Amino acid sequence: MAKPVAKAKEETLPAKTKAASKSPGPGDNSVSPHQLKAFYHDMLLIRRFEERAGQLYGMGLIGGFCHLYIGQEAVVVGMQSTIRKGDTIVTSYRDHGHMLAAGMDPKGVMAELTGRSGGYSKGKGGSMHMFSREKNFFGGHGIVGAQVPIGTGLAFAHKYSGDKDVSLTYLGDGAANQGQVYESMNMAALWKLPVIYIIENNRYGMGTSVERASAVTELHRHGEAFGIPGVEVDGMDVLAVRAAGEKAVEHARSGAGPYLLEMQTYRYRGHSMSDPAKYRSKEEVDKYRSERDPIDHLRKLLIDGKVADEAALKAVDTEVRKTIGDAAEYAQHSPEPDPSELWTDVLVGA
Amino acid sequence: MSIPILMPALSPTMTEGKLTKWHVKVGDAVKSGQVICEIETDKATMEVEAVDEGTVAQILVPEGTEGVAVNAPICVLAAEGESVADAAKAVPATATKADAPDGAGSPKAEPAPKLAVPPIASAPAAEPEWKGKTIRLTVREALRDAMAEEMRKNEKVFLMGEEVAQYQGAYKVSQGLLDEFGAKRVIDTPITEHGFAGLGVGAAFAGLRPIVEFMTFNFAMQAIDQIINSASKTLYMSGGQMGCPIVFRGPNGAASRVAAQHSQCYASWYAHCPGLRVLAPWSAADAKGLLKAAIRDPNPVIFLENEILYGQQFDVPDDSDFVLPIGKAKIERPGKDVTIVAFSIMVGKALQAADELAKNGIDAEVINLRSLRPFDTETIVNSIKKTNRLVSVEEGWPFAGIGSELAAQMMEHAFDWLDAPVKRVAGLDIPLPYAANLERLALPQPENIVEAARAVCNR
Repeated sequence: MAKPVAKAKEETLPAKTKAASKSPGPGDNSVSPHQLKAFYHDMLLIRRFEERAGQLYGMGLIGGFCHLYIGQEAVVVGMQSTIRKGDTIVTSYRDHGHMLAAGMDPKGVMAELTGRSGGYSKGKGGSMHMFSREKNFFGGHGIVGAQVPIGTGLAFAHKYSGDKDVSLTYLGDGAANQGQVYESMNMAALWKLPVIYIIENNRYGMGTSVERASAVTELHRHGEAFGIPGVEVDGMDVLAVRAAGEKAVEHARSGAGPYLLEMQTYRYRGHSMSDPAKYRSKEEVDKYRSERDPIDHLRKLLIDGKVADEAALKAVDTEVRKTIGDAAEYAQHSPEPDPSELWTDVLVGA
Repeated sequence: MSIPILMPALSPTMTEGKLTKWHVKVGDAVKSGQVICEIETDKATMEVEAVDEGTVAQILVPEGTEGVAVNAPICVLAAEGESVADAAKAVPATATKADAPDGAGSPKAEPAPKLAVPPIASAPAAEPEWKGKTIRLTVREALRDAMAEEMRKNEKVFLMGEEVAQYQGAYKVSQGLLDEFGAKRVIDTPITEHGFAGLGVGAAFAGLRPIVEFMTFNFAMQAIDQIINSASKTLYMSGGQMGCPIVFRGPNGAASRVAAQHSQCYASWYAHCPGLRVLAPWSAADAKGLLKAAIRDPNPVIFLENEILYGQQFDVPDDSDFVLPIGKAKIERPGKDVTIVAFSIMVGKALQAADELAKNGIDAEVINLRSLRPFDTETIVNSIKKTNRLVSVEEGWPFAGIGSELAAQMMEHAFDWLDAPVKRVAGLDIPLPYAANLERLALPQPENIVEAARAVCNR
């Protein structure tokens, strides 16, 4: 039985900054009605994209490993709203949502899933390995935890070049026990690198619950040894994510060093498409879906706050469906890569 | 428009499964993400969720049905505004896999690619013979000068590693660099190879030009995932978007009396991997010219130095723009009777062996590989056309070593010119022992090379 998802608590280090203890409502000055509607659009886009990806996988159009982000949409959408052009993003293999939030074209992402030449990696990377220099999205990495030193290196480059930009480095609760994560945190704190580590705690590293994998299950405390401030955040509430993210980004951008956010979230689907998810109860999943869904939550805020009415939200839904339909269409008709692509991109200039 | 729902695959290998349970019935409204049924294979049971919204118009496959083919329609939804009765009439004919959209299921059959031996890639032109002034430098000084010159030229180049700054390098290779370039560009790291190698990769993705020093390559085993999986593969996996201009350098192979964990040659480990360049200098001129080339190269480069060579002196062209081509071997000693191919410290041993062989009337040609990837097959083949005999020399283990690759390549490209089987001289196939006598016995010595050369020459 899962513990109830905690609302943001006070951070553990240092004492002077505090996390938002409750999420700001639509009346909050920092979020305009226009932004709220944009969050709804972006979260719905990810949800519908992932549902469609699951369907295409079921039809055999997507192969290999495919890790869906359904349930976690508020995390990337909230965080993306806190950064500016120039800031960099890196994550692991559950990356479709991060790419869409970063503004990558759903067609290019879906076509990469189907292994077509129109995909972001020309069909050579697949679900777990996609990148966009234009959107400062640095992957899409398939080895658990490996993106953390890389994201720390992006932060190193920001500091080295003096551009005042920051690195958003996402990892899951599974990766939170990897040695290289702590090696990175140590260097980031030592050198005051502008990196925000975002642990997306969806409660299971594949089939192993956090309680069975981490001696200290409060993952926001995992930077304590390095003096990295850490905050637990309700990752099912896009406004709570945004509020905590703004503080973290400001901290990192100011030159004060790394910051750690633990997003309490939940993935509705299995670890990958071929995971029947027998390690958790149906009741647990249903409870999150019915009571904690991040999109339903935002929808209610929009309606109750009279930011949008049913008709307006229906229009968003229709638009998103069309976008995803077009992406799926494109991904099925973009040609497979030419065999000559076997030998390209192995080395630069060779 | 009625919407057919198809039997999904749970994995890329699934072809059929059992429909165990329906969670909806005709007339039910269905929302995206709602569980509509359960299916089962020999491995798992899984819930099927609706992607589209609508009303269940007809259930085509009753629960309990076994052997339902993947992509067969299992039910029909009436879309919004459509009557259930109309949708039910529009039931698709029993679907087979052929009804799946383009590309579903197994990929279109491509003609099998030709797996024939690739032609010899032509190596870059050899550097012109140096006619200008030379200076006497140790390998250590040459490496330092190479880094200093490139750091002066390009602000993006920086050096990081354990003890590279204040300590001036564990082997004093970075002597003076902190003073000249400051702590921003010459960075002492904690002892965390995996972490700082990965950090360097991230910095390189962002456009910097890191030189990552490993105190020895033995410690780079801690970091090998970042080197192979992140640095060498990301260009390919990103369809060419993400170059990784980084140099991983440090001493490789046996030093002296430091035993098995600190005495290993990684040449064949790294040379195995596409997406990397792997260089192994011998002389100070090699060290300087190749390290400068490595720093300027837009790809990840493994730069294998040798601790014992650090203090050896050689003549080096006196020119801050002296750069060697990557991928070009060098004939260190021309000869006509047998070709001896070596790299790194073994080049010196091979030259000693050649002097010894000359006393016995055997004129050996000694080739210094310098680059292990790309591999200069052309220079070796041309040499064999002249000598018809080949001995490979390496300090590392023989099994799947550089010598094995060399032998295989010569089978493919020089079989008709060989008058004797290729002979490999390599370190013994054991962890390197500590005792002085055992260590000497375990590593290739000039007399082993002499013996091998005489054997292939039948003399």
